[in-house]
This record gives sequence, structure tokens and C-alpha cells, in this order.
Amino acid sequence: MTISYLLKRLGFFVLVIWVAATLIFFLPRLAERNPIVERMSETAQAAGFIGEGLAEMQKDWEAKFGLDKPLWKQYQYYLRDTLRLDFGYSLAYYPAKVVDQMMRALPWTIGLFGMATLISVVLGSLAGALLAWPKAPRFLQYLLPFFLTLSAVPYYLMGLILLFLFAFTIRIFPLGGGYSVAVAPSLSFPFILDILHHSVLPGLALVLGGVGFWALQMRAMMVLGLEEDYITFAEAKGLGRKRIFLRYALRNVLLPQATSLALSLGMMISGAILVEVVFGYPGLGTLLLKAVSGFDYNLINGVVFIIIIIIAVATLLMDVLYPWLDPRITYGRRMR
Amino acid sequence: MNALRKRLWGVAAYCRRNPKLLSGVSIILALVLFWLIGSLLVSPTRAASLTGLPSQPPSWQYLLGTDTHGRDLLAVMMVGTGLTLRIGFLAGAIGLGIGIILGFLSGYYGGFLDTVIKGASDVLLTVPLLVVLVVIASMIPGVISLNLMILIVASLSWMLPTRAIRAQVLTMREKAYIQVAKLSGMNNLEVIVKEIMPNLLPYLAASFVAATAGAVLASIGLSFLGLGPQHLPTLGMTIYWSISFAAMLRGMWWWWVPPTVIIAALFVGLFLLTAGLDEIANPRLRRGI
Repeated sequence: MTISYLLKRLGFFVLVIWVAATLIFFLPRLAERNPIVERMSETAQAAGFIGEGLAEMQKDWEAKFGLDKPLWKQYQYYLRDTLRLDFGYSLAYYPAKVVDQMMRALPWTIGLFGMATLISVVLGSLAGALLAWPKAPRFLQYLLPFFLTLSAVPYYLMGLILLFLFAFTIRIFPLGGGYSVAVAPSLSFPFILDILHHSVLPGLALVLGGVGFWALQMRAMMVLGLEEDYITFAEAKGLGRKRIFLRYALRNVLLPQATSLALSLGMMISGAILVEVVFGYPGLGTLLLKAVSGFDYNLINGVVFIIIIIIAVATLLMDVLYPWLDPRITYGRRMR
Repeated sequence: MNALRKRLWGVAAYCRRNPKLLSGVSIILALVLFWLIGSLLVSPTRAASLTGLPSQPPSWQYLLGTDTHGRDLLAVMMVGTGLTLRIGFLAGAIGLGIGIILGFLSGYYGGFLDTVIKGASDVLLTVPLLVVLVVIASMIPGVISLNLMILIVASLSWMLPTRAIRAQVLTMREKAYIQVAKLSGMNNLEVIVKEIMPNLLPYLAASFVAATAGAVLASIGLSFLGLGPQHLPTLGMTIYWSISFAAMLRGMWWWWVPPTVIIAALFVGLFLLTAGLDEIANPRLRRGI
């Protein structure tokens, strides 16, 4: 791995974050919805006060939040604040700060999404490789249509179905949430067990929704990989089946899997967010739903931005690790 | 007549070799028929709220029961299937259209434009699009109409078609028949329309189906967060309402099961269609069957 590749990749990372931040800043300003006015008229109505002086109040607030300044100045401030991860106060849960709320939700999402992704990629790749392996047990062949169906059904529908089957009909798992109300959050064994118990169904929804995709992709790669000369050579040498499968066939086709993992993380986290909504899991997805339904503009911005950062960082890490996984790849030098 | 029969026979023989394409087309056709025949038999007005008794289980009067607002769910399913298909197909078509233009500009003409277009689609592809759509949709004042929904979803469904078309055009541009066409006096536009486009057709079809699936996925995702067309009974909104009125806990399975099944069938159908079209476009895959 060369320094110039690393720099280039870091540059791309910064570019992605900047483009995302800019989109988030300018897109809402194309619409005419004013969060301050909406918030004020809502509170005014709730208090039964029909607004004299609302216009002056609006001006005051706009001055306070810097909304009376020209757009490019606002953009400058926005970039500066975003760089410091300062997203201001939540409008719906004032005086809570957006950052605090996000930090509370973040571990839930990262834990659930990370574990589920890991499991589904490993399981799916293994199953897909076996599907293409001619010496694998016969029954595996019948799994193919099953995987085909699984890969097409979106995560959140899987979540709904699981919820109905294993929480409503057979009541072995909780209906939602991250932990039981009756248990006080602490770092004790029963609490951790409780968290795991609550994360089984959302995790399973993510794993089932993802495993088919990885299996199909792996199978397609494996079919091509098995035709390579080095497989024939390994067979001719008389190597054991297990060794050929693991060391020669599987290992070589794992690399494209890593590439497509980096590319599809964005899609997958969108699915994870919606699964959280289905289960009321206390992560970023549920927070986003709350923010949207309360029209909490700052919170929406913050959650959206943090999700984009998570994915950008994960992709960056994978790209940096990739040359280490595959010694054939030497970025930054011309390959011929 | 004989030629036509021969041709039909050829199509049928091909379908037997490509069962994915056949089953994909059949599922999508079945859904379209369900919508068309359904809207002839059952009046779509029954899909509006307060037109029936609330929360009825399935009976002869209401074959799929009614929801809390007194919508006849059979009618809702028929109207909703149509609406969801329309969002998907139109947004997919817009995405493909933008993709064709950008893909050709980028792949055929190259240069500075290529750098910009490729860069933009690469950057946007790594961003989780659903959340960007959430930002757009949440800032729209008032109720989101169907056309607006289509535009919102379409606005970010052009990147994959652009990339796929660009890659194909890049390799096709160098082929000998393009050189011949140019030497025989065709201008660039003629080369694109008469020589490259016909060869791209399978790829265009596959891109269109993939863009459609993406658009449906995005529109249902937005609906799940309450950002869908709230006054319309799309499949996504039906599930949204069923969740927010706790249909599952109240045992009203007839409210959420039918839309779930239809959406699942739609995705399976689109997926099989993409796989089948890929096989036409990419003969190398055929060996893997």
C-alpha cells in the first residue's frame, strides 16, 4: 500500500462527507417549510394563544440562530459546526442537545447492525460457496430457491413476519424495545442477557434479509472461480477436498465479496434503520422516526449526518484494509 | 403467419431455458392484472376511509376485511398495488432516462464531463440514499402527492443506471462496427441511436428493472417513516397505518398480511426479472445455472 493511495482514499472520504453535508444543507432550503415558524405556531396553538407578535418573535429567533445572515455565511457556520459535531438543540425535546440524543442511540445501532452484518456475510458466503461446490451435500441444492426468495424480500417485511411469528403467536421474544422496562440498566449479567433477548428478532430480520444476497453473489463468483487453472492443478496434485475448498477456491473469491460489502453498506444501513422502526429498537432509526414525526429539523440533520459518517468511515476502513487482504492489488502504481 | 408462429415458438423455447425470466414476468404480470381487473370489479372509492364498517374481519361483504378507518382492504390492495407499481415504474423510467443521458455523455464523449459524472455517481453511491431522501421529503410542506413522491424517489435513482451504461458504452465505443459506422459518415448522435442503443437494449432493460426495484424499496422505506403520500392507500402507507394503529397487537392480521405478501411478491418478481435479463445480457452467466 502506498502513501499516495492512502491520501487519495482519504481525499475521497473528505469529498463524500462534504458532498453529503452540502446536500443536507441546501436541499431543505429549496422547500418553503420553516421549522421555527411551525414550532412557534404549534406551541402558540397548544397554549391557546393566537399570535400577536409572532412575526417579531420569529425575527428574534432567526437572528439568534443566524438565519438572517446571507446563505453563504450560514453555510460557512454550518460547515464549521458540523466539523465539531455540533448540531445544536433538539427542537422537539428542547433543551436536550442533538449530540447527546444521538450518542445514546448510536451504540444500539452499531451493535445490532455490526453483529447482524458480520453474521449474514459470513453465513451467506459460506452457504453460497457450498452451493457452487460440486462435492457438497445434495440437500444444499434445494436451498437455492429459498435464498433467492430471501434476498428479494426487504428487511423490514422480514421483521414484521418474525415479529408476528415469534413475539405475537409464539411468545418467546419481546414485542419490541431494546430492554425490559422493569430492568434497571446496569452492566450486570441479567441486563446483558435481557439486551440480547431483545436483539434476537431484529438481528434475525437483518441476517435473514441479508444472507440470501451474499449467498447468491458468492455462488456466482464461486462458479467462475472453480474453473480456474489453479483448482485443476490443486486437484492434480492430489490435495484433500477440504483444503482445496477452503484454501484455493473460497479464499480467492472472498475478495469480490469484500468489495461488494463496501459498496452495499449504505443500502444495508437503510434496511437496518427501518427494522429498528418496526421493532421500536432504541437506535438511530427510531430516533429518526421521532425526529421526522416531530419535525425536529436539527435532529433529522444530525441523525442523517451521523449515519452518513458511519458508512463513510466503514467504507474507508474496508478500502484501506483491502490491499492487505489481496496482495495482488497495489494501488497507486500502474498495473499492467 | 408462419413466421409469427415460428417466432412465438422461439420465444417460448427461450423462456424454457430461462425460467427466471419467465417466472419474473409472470409475477409482475399477475400483479398488474390484479390491479387492472380489480379496479374493474371493485369500485376504487371503497379504498377511501369511512366508506365501510371499521375493523371488520374478512367476510363475504369485505373479502379482506376493513381497517380502523373503514377502508375496504381488498379495494385498498388493488388501488395500492397500482399506485406502488406506478411509483416504481415511473421513478425507474426517470432514473433510467437520466442514466442514459449521463451514461452516454460520460462514456461516449469522455473528458472532463466523464470525470465529473463518474465522480458524482461514485460519491452518491456510497451515501445511504434513504436518509438523504428523508431530508428531502421531510422538508416538503403539506401533503406529499403521488407525482412528488415519484420525483423525490427518482432524484436519487440514476446512479446505478449511469454507471452500468457508462461501462457498456466505454467498451462498445472501441468496437470495429462503430468505427465503420463513423467512417461511413454517421454523426455521433446517429452512431449512438442506431448502433449503440440497439446493442444496449438488454442492459437498459435490466437497469430499468433494477431502478424500479430500488424506487419501490425507497418509496416504501419513506412510507415506513411516515413520509409517504399520506392521503393515498399505497402498499407502503397501508403497512405504515397498520403499524401506527397496532394492527398486529389487536389481532387484525388481515390489515398487514396482504400488503406484506404483495410487496414480497413484487420484489421477488422484480428480482427474478433482473436475474433473467442479466442472463440475456451476460451469456457468461448461463454456464452457472
